[in-house]
Order: sequence, then C-alpha cells, then structure tokens
Amino acid sequence: MRRALPGGPGRPGLGAVAADDGWRRLHPLSPLVRSGRAVLAVLALAGLSGSGLIGSGAGTRWWDFALVALVAGGAAVNWLVTRWKVDGVTLRIETGLLRRDSRQLPIARIQAVDLVRPLLARMLGLAELRVRLAGSGDADGRLAYLPEQAAEALRARLLAAHHGLDPATPEPAESAVTSVPTGRLAGAALIPAVQLAVVAVVVGGVTAAVAPGGLLGVGALLIWWLIICGTIAWRRVSTQYAFTVAASPDGVRIRRGLLGTVAETIPVARIQAVRMIEPLSWRPLHWCRLEVDVAGRLGHDRPEGTGEVRKALLPVGSQDEAARLLGIALPAVRDWPVPRRPPRRAVWKAPLSYHFLAAGHDDTLAVAVTGRVRRETTWVPLAKAQSVRLAQGPLQRRLGLATVHLDAAGKRVRAEFRDRPQDEARALVGELAALSRSARRRAALAAPGPPDAAGEADGRGAAGEADGPGAAGQAASVASPVNASHSEA
Amino acid sequence: MRCAEVIAGGGALAVVTGTAAGLALGRAAAVTAVAVVIAGALAALWFARNRFRSWVYQERDEDLIVERGVLIHRLSVVPYGRMQFVDVSAGPIDRAFRLATVKLHTAAAASDARIPGLERDEAARLRDRLAALGEAKAAGL
Repeated sequence: MRRALPGGPGRPGLGAVAADDGWRRLHPLSPLVRSGRAVLAVLALAGLSGSGLIGSGAGTRWWDFALVALVAGGAAVNWLVTRWKVDGVTLRIETGLLRRDSRQLPIARIQAVDLVRPLLARMLGLAELRVRLAGSGDADGRLAYLPEQAAEALRARLLAAHHGLDPATPEPAESAVTSVPTGRLAGAALIPAVQLAVVAVVVGGVTAAVAPGGLLGVGALLIWWLIICGTIAWRRVSTQYAFTVAASPDGVRIRRGLLGTVAETIPVARIQAVRMIEPLSWRPLHWCRLEVDVAGRLGHDRPEGTGEVRKALLPVGSQDEAARLLGIALPAVRDWPVPRRPPRRAVWKAPLSYHFLAAGHDDTLAVAVTGRVRRETTWVPLAKAQSVRLAQGPLQRRLGLATVHLDAAGKRVRAEFRDRPQDEARALVGELAALSRSARRRAALAAPGPPDAAGEADGRGAAGEADGPGAAGQAASVASPVNASHSEA
Repeated sequence: MRCAEVIAGGGALAVVTGTAAGLALGRAAAVTAVAVVIAGALAALWFARNRFRSWVYQERDEDLIVERGVLIHRLSVVPYGRMQFVDVSAGPIDRAFRLATVKLHTAAAASDARIPGLERDEAARLRDRLAALGEAKAAGL
C-alpha cells in the first residue's frame, strides 16, 4: 500500500534527504543502533559456529549471514520510510513501507518527554526521543534515533510549545534539587537482596542439616537464588545510577543511568498523584522512595502495574529530600492536610494495616496512608480527581465503617480513605465531590492557556445507532473524538 | 433480565441433573437433585432481584451518582466533566426485553458507573444527555 508522498515521486523519499515541506529523517546510523544488538548476537553465533565450537561442521556458510543481512536490510528500509516533522501544534511521524502509518501527536497533550540513550547510541552520539501522551502506547511517540543536539533542541521546542510559548524559546535554566549518591543507591538495592539471601542461606543450611543427602541440590538452588538477587540489585543500580532531579519551568527533569542514560521531563501540571513508599527493610534508615503517576500507558520497560506511567522521582532518599521534592511536584499546596486515624474498631477489619492507616484532606489535596510491611502514603490533588466512590463490605457494615476512594487517572491511582466511620464516609463523598469540583474550576481559571482545558472532550461524535446488525450484542457509543490517532485518557 | 437468565439457567440445570441422577441412582435421587437445584435457582433469583432493586442512579447538576450492591454496598460519584465516553451495550437477552446497559468511562480505570437494565429509550436519552453535559463541562486532565 505504498502511496506516493508529496515531495517524493514514487517511492517515499528514497532519493531526497528531506522534502521541502519540513519533513525530516532520522539519523542515518539509527538502523545500525536499532538492530545493533540483534546483529551482534547473530554475528557472534555465526562466529561461534564458523569456528566449529558449536554446530555440526566447521566453516562459515553463506546462510549464516543471510539473517544478518535480513535484519540489517529491514532496519534500513524502516529508516528509509520513516520521517517526521513539527507542524505548528502537532508532531507528525510517518513510518511503514507496506502499511503506511501516520501519527499526529498534539503537542498540547504531551504528558512527558524522555530522552533515552542506550549504550550503543551513546557511543555514536545519538539519542531517542520518546513523547508520551495520555493513553498512548510505548512505541507511539518514538523518534529513534536523532543526533543528540537535535534531540535536545526538539525537546526544548516541544516543551516550549506545550507551555504555549514561542517554539523558538530556548530551554529554560534548571536548578538542581537533589541527587542520589551511588553508595546509598547500592545500599538500598542490596539491603533487601542481602536479607533475602540470608533467609535463603538459613533455609538452605537447615535443609542440608536435616537431609544431608540433598546438599548438592540445595547448594545449586542457593547459588541460583543468589545470582537472581544479584541481577535484580544490579539492574536497579544501573538504571538509577547517578540519579539527579532538577526543577525547571518546563517541569521536573530527571537524569539517570549507568550504561544507557535516560533524561525525563515531566510537566508538573501533568502529575496525577504522588506516592511515598517506605519498605520495611529501609525503615531503620528512614529512607523512602517517591513516585509520581502520569496518565498514559507504560511500556515493557516498566514491568510493575499497567495503565499509567509511574516514574520514580526519588529512588531512595531521606525524608527531608522527599519533602522537598513533594513541594516541587505539588506546587499549588501551601499547607499539607494532616491525616486522621480511623476509629479504634477498625482494627477488627484491618488487623495488620491498622497500624499506619490514616487519611485526611483539605480543599486542594487528599492524603492517605496504607500498608503495613510497605507503608504507602498517597497524595492526590483534588483538581485531578476523576471520581469519588464509597464501598462497604459486610464486615464493615457490622462495624459501622466504610471506605471512600478518590480516583485519579490511571489504573490503581487513588487515595483510599479506608475504614472511616459510616456517617463520616457518607459526608466525605459529598464533600470530596464538591471540593474537587471547585478545585477543578480554580485550576481551569488559573491556567486559561490552550494546553489544558481546550477540546478535551468535544463530543462531536454522532450518537451511534443502537439498532446495528450485530448478531451477539450491539454496542453504540458516544465517543469524544479527541484527535485522529490518540484518545486522551 | 437477570431473572430471565437465572430462570433459564436454573431450569436447564434442573433437567440435566435430574436426568443424570435418575439414570445413575434411581428416581428418589433424581427428585432430590431437582429439588436442590430449584431451591438454588430460587435463591439466586432472590439475590438477582435484590441486586437489581438496589441499583439506583441519580442525575445531579454536576455529577452522576450510581449506587448498587446488597452484600457489598457501592456508591460512585462521577462528575460530568471527567467523562471520557459513554458506552451503550445490549446483549441478546437484553435485546429480547428491549433493554440496554449504559456505562460511563473516565480516565480512572476504577471509576465504576454502570447502569444495567435500562429501557432502550431511557438508555438513549441518558446517553445523549450525558454526552451533551460532558461536552459542556469538559475539564482537562
């Protein structure tokens, strides 16, 4: 389905480097970087089989390289047919040889901009730009790869346009807030790993003492276990290495990574919720982790959770640092609401988590503390609340308790007012609904610019006809067509 | 609607277990099995009826309230401005009774505003009203 494109006759831009109407190419080395790992693996395999180490016979055969050629050729074609441009208020990316795919990413809807540099790209001076929109997949807004300077310039341009400024505005200066020393990072990764390892050694020792025959098997299992622990700890350290947070008018900037580096920019207005996590093993050191939730779908680079992008604002830090970052992530807040304890009888409903359970709110922010082993404190700005829910199970009814949830965009992003007295919970639902309404209104007044409120749900969609010819079930929906290619969550 | 499902399912189950027990264990076992299944079906019917009766929704100026549940009681408040889209769906049994389910979606996956068993006209009216209100009161993320 290759279509002739404006500016390039016949094949899409095979000859010309860039057509006149502002279309740009990715860097010519990007196919090499993209397929780099696969090609290296295949080459290594071919080398091994060629030298007779594995496989049946010696000697390199031609088809050892067919796969390499195929991968490289595919990557090269992909590079040839991919192009991008910034068209006023949208970033457009076109790709695909057989199935032409054209994406339009409205700059006003940007949730976060990441600059990712894997090791190979870093050696060649390249960087990948990842634009995240709400509800977009990982692969949607990727430009891999651009020269480093071009990527940085494009990021500055996108963010300036996002804030309604002239795109030519240079990237504003930033002020460093905090950084995580490597020692602490390693300690934080190692403490749980060491604890697990100690448990494993003790269990292994006991097992070996009880059944000396199985010593070999237990030993092998132990070593395997230690390797896994070590790998996890290493991965944590290498992705969070040299973690620095800086505040700028663009948003919060995060830089991290040992071999490959990542630079993330999160516009502060896009933060849906902030969470502070204190695992049991860190508690003696008064360390905590701070995470922010940004609407959007996460890719496979973040295994935990789905439906929202959860970014570490501070992988491990002291309470003071966390408090400082909290002030940056939630700038509209002046005085913090004090969490209140649930009544004593809630201990019957939540015997373990009662220890920390608390929740509170004021007219801009809700805060909730849950968890026993992993203490979690969640802050949700009322202006970001999507809905308020009340739930009451049979046991809670017996005790006269109820739980109120304040949901923010995402899958499990919410502040839970757990096990409040029934009457208080009832009143709380109405109060939270009213407060979040006025908070939303205030936020809309404070930011009248184009980025936020405009056209979020222009329900122009024609009402679906309810008498479709569907056999098993009919579905008619009134959608709010947010834009052509992406729906805003 | 649910009642129809329960009656049909219970009846079918009664026939099947009755025949099976009759063939395998004799007439007395068959009668017992049928009685047990019918009792179960009646209980399920009672639950379904209560569940259905507890389902209440209220359109307010700024938000929609949906309340439901017998054993676990739930109440959702969804502001119109937070609505992303409205879903109207009807399965085969729904259609036989000219019913439909209206579901409101927000950016939060947990927001749970579903109203089943609406008359088709009422569902269409609610859908149009919600869509219009959502447009009028739309708010950014």
